[in-house]
Amino acid sequence: MATQPFTYELSRGFLPGHRACAGCGQAAAVRMIMEVVGPDCVVTNATGCLEVFSTPYPESAWGVPWIHSLFENAASVAAGIEAALRKQGRLETTRVLAFGGDGATVDIGFGALSGMMERGHDILYVCYDNEAYMNTGVQRSGSTPFAASTTTSPAGRASFGEDRPKKNLPAICAAHGIPYVATASVSFFADLKRKVRKALGIRGPKYLQVHVPCPPGWGYPEKDTVEIGKLAVECGLFPLVEWEDGEVTRVRKIKKVPVEEYLKPQRRFRHLFRTEEGKAKLADIQALADANIEKYGLVD
Amino acid sequence: MKKMIEGSRAVAEAVALCRPDVISAYPITPQTHIVEELSQIVADGQLDAEYIRVESEHSAASACLITGVNRALSAPLSIWNDHQDTMGIRDTGWLQLYAENNQEALDMHIQAYKIAEDDRVLLPVMVCMDGFILTHTYESVDMPEQEQVDAFLPKYDPLYRLDPEDPYTLGAYIGPELFHEARYVMQQDCLASKEVVKEVAREFKEAFGRWGGDVIEAYRCDDAETIVIGLGSVVGTLKDWADARRAEGQKVGALKLRCFRPFPGEELVEAVSGAKQVVVLEKAVGMGAQGIVASELRSALYGRSTVPVSCAIVGLGGRDVTFNTIDEACKRAGAGEREFFAGLRTEALEEA
Repeated sequence: MATQPFTYELSRGFLPGHRACAGCGQAAAVRMIMEVVGPDCVVTNATGCLEVFSTPYPESAWGVPWIHSLFENAASVAAGIEAALRKQGRLETTRVLAFGGDGATVDIGFGALSGMMERGHDILYVCYDNEAYMNTGVQRSGSTPFAASTTTSPAGRASFGEDRPKKNLPAICAAHGIPYVATASVSFFADLKRKVRKALGIRGPKYLQVHVPCPPGWGYPEKDTVEIGKLAVECGLFPLVEWEDGEVTRVRKIKKVPVEEYLKPQRRFRHLFRTEEGKAKLADIQALADANIEKYGLVD
Repeated sequence: MKKMIEGSRAVAEAVALCRPDVISAYPITPQTHIVEELSQIVADGQLDAEYIRVESEHSAASACLITGVNRALSAPLSIWNDHQDTMGIRDTGWLQLYAENNQEALDMHIQAYKIAEDDRVLLPVMVCMDGFILTHTYESVDMPEQEQVDAFLPKYDPLYRLDPEDPYTLGAYIGPELFHEARYVMQQDCLASKEVVKEVAREFKEAFGRWGGDVIEAYRCDDAETIVIGLGSVVGTLKDWADARRAEGQKVGALKLRCFRPFPGEELVEAVSGAKQVVVLEKAVGMGAQGIVASELRSALYGRSTVPVSCAIVGLGGRDVTFNTIDEACKRAGAGEREFFAGLRTEALEEA
């Protein structure tokens, strides 16, 4: 069988040549999202990996207008831009996007994000969730999952790693009653693109949280990003859910693989497999996945 | 048109006259009345602007112009006036103008837009306005006509835009190989903005007929032996004090530091070099060091004049600055004290 040459259309929005790590889930997600968004947009970007690897002055991977201000205020800056475009009568065609990592979104910029959603700005906010402050060397965030070892929630003789479960920010956003909230994964390309397309067709605030595995931060081989991301979804720890006007309207059914299959390949969870206490935590993690399965009806 | 009006209302009307397309505002004492008035102006359809009711001061601050209504810093909690807040951000690249009265606060807002939007500057401007002393005080102010402001501030055409037709990357990250240079350029622009501040003050005088100085304003300083420097609303008291003491035969003058960033070192040196002593009234403390304006003034004078500079910390957290405070400051300066708190309630300290 003759092999087809691999071809893809370059997005004008987010161009190759940036400095993301090999296997970066976030870079792949941004590229797919920008392919859907197209050129007529303005992007605001919180401080984080994406900002740093895509704009080392004088280089830039952005072929669309892009602005970084602070860690805290990607949503506020986007709100100001949206208001200005509205005043100029350009909001019908030009889309406003705000991008942040989980630290910028779940922790530092949460007040600004909440304000933006409450005020009803026509903005798509995308949180790239790699579950810690990866840019600065894997410090925990509010989105770090239970029992993950990070540099500020390290596993040790008296610690099993992060002692609190991951903050459910999508549900908090949905509780604002905004028209569209969704979780997506870089590992489910078509699903991710569909959700972006759907979000862009809705006026008002939209929140999309994309799970983006991080090879250096999570500790797995670069080639396995897509596989790891799939396992996170299929075990129930990162459910793919859509909310409209505050109600769950669609979920992706899963195969329900045991959480160990997802956890074992990752360095951040390896301590759990080394001691009896660690193995007990595996049961707790399975319980978190089971709770998601129950709550969102992930298994028929 | 002259109006008897609260300072906050004067500022809100001045902002509306500048016809901003977007307002993002958040109310915090003592600037609440400004935000309330702006909300009403937009609600009444007097200004066609997108009004964003942001969820924090921080989110409101992503702007080119801020009314920095001065209030003390915690702790202890105080909502009253001093300059500790704006002085604490003096090295961030914001230009800072300090208003003496409500007329000047109004006029400064109109000037601030012109300064910030000048292609030679492109730095944010903060109009510092004493909380309560100005914001909550009714004064007669001359409100400009819309046509006058429109002529002074033509429609803004930004040099850089977030335009999908011509995309720019703004706010890129810069490594050690170029950050040093980026900050050098910012410093050059900040220093050069002094001429723009002066130019805009002159243009404003031509257009509106009012003059409150440019970067500084010297009041009865020509043959003064003692020159007292102040920023903001204390300057009004200072001018009255100079008149009163002049009438008694004392050779004193008042000097308003109208523009604190960029720091007008040259202008200050020229203005104070002939005096026998300089007293700086400061509503902020460089904690663990000394008075902020006084130390910058001494640095500017170094090697050029030996006039002694004394720093009197006054009026923290809303304490009134009176003739007595100024007399005490001058007396202690004359006795050779260089750094001191004037108007201290020593009996309260002893009780504690």
